[in-house]
Amino acid sequence: MDLLLIAILSPLALSLAMVLGLPKAVARNLAYVGFAIPAVIGIWLWCQYGAATKESGYAFLTSYDTGLSGLGINLTLGLNGIAMPLFAMAGIVGLAAGLYALQSAAERLNQYVLLLLVMQGGLMGVFASVDVFFFYFFHELALIPTFIMVGIWGGRDRNYAAMKMTIYLTVGAMLSLIGLIAIYYTSGAQTFDMIALREAVADQGLSTVAQKNIFGLLMVGFGVLVSLWPLHTWAPLGYGAAPSSVAMLHAGVLKKFGLYGLIQVAMPLLPQGAQHWALILATLAVVGNVLVVGIITIAQRDLKQLVGYSSVMHMGYAFLGIACISLVGVGGVVFMMVAHGFSAALLFLLATSIHHRTQTFDLDEMGGLVKHAPVLSAFFVAATLASIGLPGFANFWGEITIFVAAWKVFPVLTVIAVGGVVISAIYGLRAAARVFFGPQTEAFDKVLEEKPAADLSWSEKLPALILLVSLLALGFWPKLMSDSINESVTEIYTAAEAVEPVDVARN
Amino acid sequence: MSTELLQQAAASNQWVAIGPELMVGCLALFLLLLEIVLPKSRYEMIPSIAIAGLLGIIAGFIMNYHTSFIGETTFNGLLKHTGTGQFLRLFFLLAATGVSVLGVVALKRQAMPKVEFFAITLVVTAAMMLLAQSNNFVMLFVALETITVGFYILVSYTRTNPLSLEAGLKYLIMGALSSGILLFGIALLYGAGGSPGLTASSADSMNFDNLRVFLYANPDNIVAAVGIVLVLAGVAFKIGSVPFQIWIPDVYQGAPTPVSAFLAIASKAAGFAVMLTLVTVFDGHQKLVIGVLSVMAIATILFGNLAALTQHNVKRLIGLSGVSHAGYLLIGVIAAIHVPFAVGAICFYLFAYLLGSLAVFGVMTHVSGDDDAEQDLDHYVDLAKTHPFLGAVLGVGLGSLAGIPPLAGFMGKLLVFLAAFEAGLYGLLAVAIIGVVLSIYYYFGWIKAAFFPQWRPPVFEGDDPIPDPPRQPVGMAAGIVLATCALASVFLGFYQGPLGAWLGLS
Repeated sequence: MDLLLIAILSPLALSLAMVLGLPKAVARNLAYVGFAIPAVIGIWLWCQYGAATKESGYAFLTSYDTGLSGLGINLTLGLNGIAMPLFAMAGIVGLAAGLYALQSAAERLNQYVLLLLVMQGGLMGVFASVDVFFFYFFHELALIPTFIMVGIWGGRDRNYAAMKMTIYLTVGAMLSLIGLIAIYYTSGAQTFDMIALREAVADQGLSTVAQKNIFGLLMVGFGVLVSLWPLHTWAPLGYGAAPSSVAMLHAGVLKKFGLYGLIQVAMPLLPQGAQHWALILATLAVVGNVLVVGIITIAQRDLKQLVGYSSVMHMGYAFLGIACISLVGVGGVVFMMVAHGFSAALLFLLATSIHHRTQTFDLDEMGGLVKHAPVLSAFFVAATLASIGLPGFANFWGEITIFVAAWKVFPVLTVIAVGGVVISAIYGLRAAARVFFGPQTEAFDKVLEEKPAADLSWSEKLPALILLVSLLALGFWPKLMSDSINESVTEIYTAAEAVEPVDVARN
Repeated sequence: MSTELLQQAAASNQWVAIGPELMVGCLALFLLLLEIVLPKSRYEMIPSIAIAGLLGIIAGFIMNYHTSFIGETTFNGLLKHTGTGQFLRLFFLLAATGVSVLGVVALKRQAMPKVEFFAITLVVTAAMMLLAQSNNFVMLFVALETITVGFYILVSYTRTNPLSLEAGLKYLIMGALSSGILLFGIALLYGAGGSPGLTASSADSMNFDNLRVFLYANPDNIVAAVGIVLVLAGVAFKIGSVPFQIWIPDVYQGAPTPVSAFLAIASKAAGFAVMLTLVTVFDGHQKLVIGVLSVMAIATILFGNLAALTQHNVKRLIGLSGVSHAGYLLIGVIAAIHVPFAVGAICFYLFAYLLGSLAVFGVMTHVSGDDDAEQDLDHYVDLAKTHPFLGAVLGVGLGSLAGIPPLAGFMGKLLVFLAAFEAGLYGLLAVAIIGVVLSIYYYFGWIKAAFFPQWRPPVFEGDDPIPDPPRQPVGMAAGIVLATCALASVFLGFYQGPLGAWLGLS
């Protein structure tokens, strides 16, 4: 049995331990194991990746028949240079989210951890799948627990938020599914295997009309899932209501499904379609996500909503990089996806830790927390700087690469996007200043009287540290993943560019 | 008729081929006999005998699943044994078992005769099994009427409840009307197919094989075309699709919950068995059939989903959601005209629907009070907290019905959609997608009621306390059925192996 399958199945299997009525300590330890295995496997495979033998660009390739092979559906697992860092990121963020959840005081903790483990299994599956069908399948497997967890353990407006998320994300997922099925049939390959699909398209591309339509469908479908403006309204609301570990996993990892789908599936298979939609996508991303949402973010008073909006805003950069349709741009997006996974998760974690101390998310009722929790404030400032994209953090490399790529294609939009960095600096630093520095508000005085604020405990510090170290490691040593990304992106995209669409070839 | 012909006809009476049906029928008679023989105090063992007998028949059936009769016609062309027919026979047996178990739970609380329910269920099951294999309009109509007459009794079983009686009356009127339309269509087809002036006419045009040949030879015959439309409309009553869907919410609400389950699962599947047969028979008039079924599918999906959005009574809700499922399945039927694997997809869908529905109806029988018709969403408050088992089963069942991965219902929908895509039914697919998205709202609303902490009005001193929602303890048999349905729904979502192979999907 190969490691990829173990990484997917072990959280799923260990989730059952939560309902077997085991003693509390045993169940908790099994849950730790369930979160640790994927992370360890992710890091281990990262180390092994360079030396591993690769078939059609994929390392660790295995395939299992689940009973639908007649329709070209097989559970095919493997990692290429794009999937590998995201797979490891999913494992590491999952571990951090799991550790944070297990130390929390959530009601019915067992059921909460059970759903988190199911989600974790799905997340690992998303990035390990070479089969487009299972790629979608695992996404849904991770998505459904999200809705339930928001509904049960969520904060303010949880019922409304859960319902809204469910409907938005189901629409997005359905549209993507139809787009993927359309590729399945129009490519003539009659298979969901990504490698076979790429080979089929390499022989003969899809017609331009089909490419345009299918890419449009996928752009909207994935766009909803990744919170592309103006389809983003579920995101801040949902993240505002979601319990912290769920927000970490969804904003950090699961949301990358849509971007990953565009990069791995849509753009290589539908290059003409991507060209057709590029300008629209870039405009929506920069004007909508970066500018409009950025300004909205500045106006936020609720810390968690602010973090949610900022995560929506940063997706604008990712879409801009995709719209460049160049090796540099796509490479930058992959780098940024990994970096944003860590930084968004870290911010959600710290926001909840702040809430524990201030009993509120309202920025106007905080202030002066640095005196009581210096370590927490150091973490928060670091996370904010990372999310702005300061050199030294992984996000910097992603953003700078995207800007370099975009300058060649969309100079005006790039200028606006770079201006967005200033916007994120404004709201990020303002939030840090409001929470930690400045005079202590009366409201906060009252809270402190009832419950004095302590600094980060080790059980909170450890998951935060895991995420911060990952950000710094990739920030100072980007080569850790840039080589493998570069290799795979080059392989997939140069092959795709060489293909002429059918109708041109026939004339 | 010469003796030779008679002998030939007699020789084709392969009684072994309908062994399972005969056994189910005999079991029904045996139950009635027991009612006479046994003293009243021992009556409670009769349902157990029915269930045990059904399990025995299922076991025997599975062992002889690949009978030598597949591909043959028996009883002088009345029956045709096919792989799909085999699968559906097993399907009806399983459905009857599940419904009988639910019946035990539900009847316990009612002062109603306890034995007839099981006997009638068995007779209806036998008729459904025959229906799935019928190859002749006479056979089809007799089997269909046996089912419908059985349901007239079952629907109004709790005869002290006015809602149940109303449901029975509505079912009777709509059923009689649709039977009349069906019969009229059959008569037209018979007349057209038997008129000697037309090419390929036959003296025995009730037979599907002859009719098929006739329709191929006369693609422009108006009388036959009218007959086809009327027959399809008549069958629409069984599957609960437009134009005969309006009875569903009232009948589902009034009928005892196990009967609603039986209607939802087996009666619908029986209708689709007929549809699948008829679509091949009417192949000569493909364009007309596709047109009629497409309109039916679109109207059914939109009606079912939109009407279900505002329901608070869960029986009405599940009934209307069943209407929308009929719509998705109709898309599969249309696809089956061109795409062979669509038949397997429909069977998979039906099986997933069986598991999901049985799970949900099973939970409903445990969350209903003395008045079976009053089952409100509010009764589900905190179900997951106080009864985690029922909550989990309900969640899996509803998720599967909503078509959420990784559950079996999602695979069923996916397979049907794949088939529809291959057949090029893009417009219908778009409608189906809209339907699925709409359905998320009401399925999720139900899950929300059962799982999410709900706000409750405070009770002040002097007010009457809010009564606790009704909950029944889960017995062993019901527990096994519910757990099996839920686990199988999960398992089939991940691994379709043997079932996929049976249905020709791998």
